[in-house]
Amino acid sequence: MIEKESLPKRIFKSIQRDPLAPKDDRGRMKMVMNSLILHIHPTKTPKAALKFNYTFGLGGLLLLLGTVLAITGVLLIFAYTPSPDAAYESMIALQTEVFFGNLIRNLHHWSGNLMVVVAVLHLLRVFYTAGFSKPREFNWAMGIALLLLIVGANFTGYLLPWDQLAYWAITVGISLLDYVPLVGEPLTRLLLGGSEVGAATLTNFYGLHIAIIPLSIFGLVSFHIWRVRKDKITIPRKIEEQADKTKVTTVPHLVSIEFVFALAWVAILLLWSAFVNAPLEEAANPAHSPNPAKAAWYFMGFQELLMHFHPLFGAIIIPGMGLLGLFAIPYLDADMDSVGVWFRSVNGRWLALISANLGVIGAFAFVLVDEYWLDLPGWLPFLPSSISNGWIPMAGILLLLIAFYEALKAMKATACEARQSLFTLLFSAFITLTIIGIYFRGEGMAFIIP
Amino acid sequence: MSKSKLSRRDFLNLAWGTAGALVATELSFVGFKFLSPRATDGEFGGEFNLGAYENYPLGSVTPIEVGRFYLVRLEDGGILAIYRRCTHLGCAVPFDQATGKFTCPCHGSVFTNEGDVLNQPAPRPLDIFALSINEEGDIVVDTSSPIQRDKTSAEDILYV
Repeated sequence: MIEKESLPKRIFKSIQRDPLAPKDDRGRMKMVMNSLILHIHPTKTPKAALKFNYTFGLGGLLLLLGTVLAITGVLLIFAYTPSPDAAYESMIALQTEVFFGNLIRNLHHWSGNLMVVVAVLHLLRVFYTAGFSKPREFNWAMGIALLLLIVGANFTGYLLPWDQLAYWAITVGISLLDYVPLVGEPLTRLLLGGSEVGAATLTNFYGLHIAIIPLSIFGLVSFHIWRVRKDKITIPRKIEEQADKTKVTTVPHLVSIEFVFALAWVAILLLWSAFVNAPLEEAANPAHSPNPAKAAWYFMGFQELLMHFHPLFGAIIIPGMGLLGLFAIPYLDADMDSVGVWFRSVNGRWLALISANLGVIGAFAFVLVDEYWLDLPGWLPFLPSSISNGWIPMAGILLLLIAFYEALKAMKATACEARQSLFTLLFSAFITLTIIGIYFRGEGMAFIIP
Repeated sequence: MSKSKLSRRDFLNLAWGTAGALVATELSFVGFKFLSPRATDGEFGGEFNLGAYENYPLGSVTPIEVGRFYLVRLEDGGILAIYRRCTHLGCAVPFDQATGKFTCPCHGSVFTNEGDVLNQPAPRPLDIFALSINEEGDIVVDTSSPIQRDKTSAEDILYV
């Protein structure tokens, strides 16, 4: 006999099919399976993977930041006009007239910048726990593509306030692209909509920032998470132990952690944005460059490279090799036994620590030596600058890296550990160059102590 | 009837596949052209009529603010239009009338009044714009695309 339902209950059940407070594990699993949002999770999660200091919730934090950015971004569309005459006035209006205008802009600005940092940390977490190992290689590649899109979103958003900071950071940043042979020049012209930053650039960047890049990120993130779900999360373990494969239901064990984590981060973002204002300088003036003129902070590593190498090397060969290496890492990896172990082994931990320190020292030493002593183009005036300022220093650095790799092998590093150490050295050197570019460069880009 | 190696199914797959690729190419081309830069006369990116060349004294450098370039009249009467944008990283280069040189405030590049590099990091001389004299004897500068040069040469300079 069919029980007769009341109409309100029938309407509710047509929307939410499962009871909101399930009584047993079966009900809790059904709740995840039948929910549009929750089904990005499996119905059961390995208990060991819930440990906070394994993932640090970095992927989840990126999703939260993306959501905050989407909401504040859509709000900002209503208060912003993308034209050189009106853009800066929109900024002033946000600060003075619009209710909570400053708060919303601050939230958007800081979440966007934080997203670059968190995406890099997420990459490091996955790297150092071998989370990219087979069959997850392609998901790592998608992660790199997402990182590039996040930087692209930041870069296009940087121009929109149309103040001096925005105008010249974009001018310098896009001039880096100009050094790419063949495609660089036409691509720059297409992005700028002319020869330099102007009204057409603002329209282009606005379209990219509010439509093309967010939609691409949304599509790629969906694919990325779907793959995580299909390939299953890696399980953390101690070096000599087997992975603990015990599972618990996702509701409430994982979902409650996520909820509290998200709430805590919303609180942090709100507090920070309530007290720290996003920078805004005077309106853009195309006739007057500031001194020094720097690119956006995440590009300062590249600008610093360009100060030491011929453009062909600083803008193409070195970043290109870095990016290629990043994509290739998971395909070189054959050691499936160390998945889920931080830095793969005790030896791996020591070598990574040494390499990170060497990277910092090496980058500083290189910058200082090149700044105050080394002057290859001056000593070898008969050679073209692409050799004296490109091939020769590049060969020197490659020789040092080969020596470093041999030293690692002498210290009984496995192939995986040696690659990990090499990555650590290069990564920490790049971060150091970025920091030097941001803090140690003053007027005329001369080296200064901050 | 001769036997073809291509089966009916393969042929149709190939034909439809080619048609699909063609459509994708056409639409990409349309999209690319739609987004490509446009230019208007009298604004930066268009053409500028600067009047008779006799108005510009020998050995002078005149900034043309709206056109974002400098009209240079050399001592020997030659004319050239030098783009304001530094070839290093795109800063606006001011002309220093006292020293007679272009000095970039951002990263310290220095150029001669013909745009040649005196001091790096600039990798090449300042870009120039195409310049011509019309029937009335007026100077016309086309700012639609800057001309890049690896070295300065006599061909960059217009003599009337």
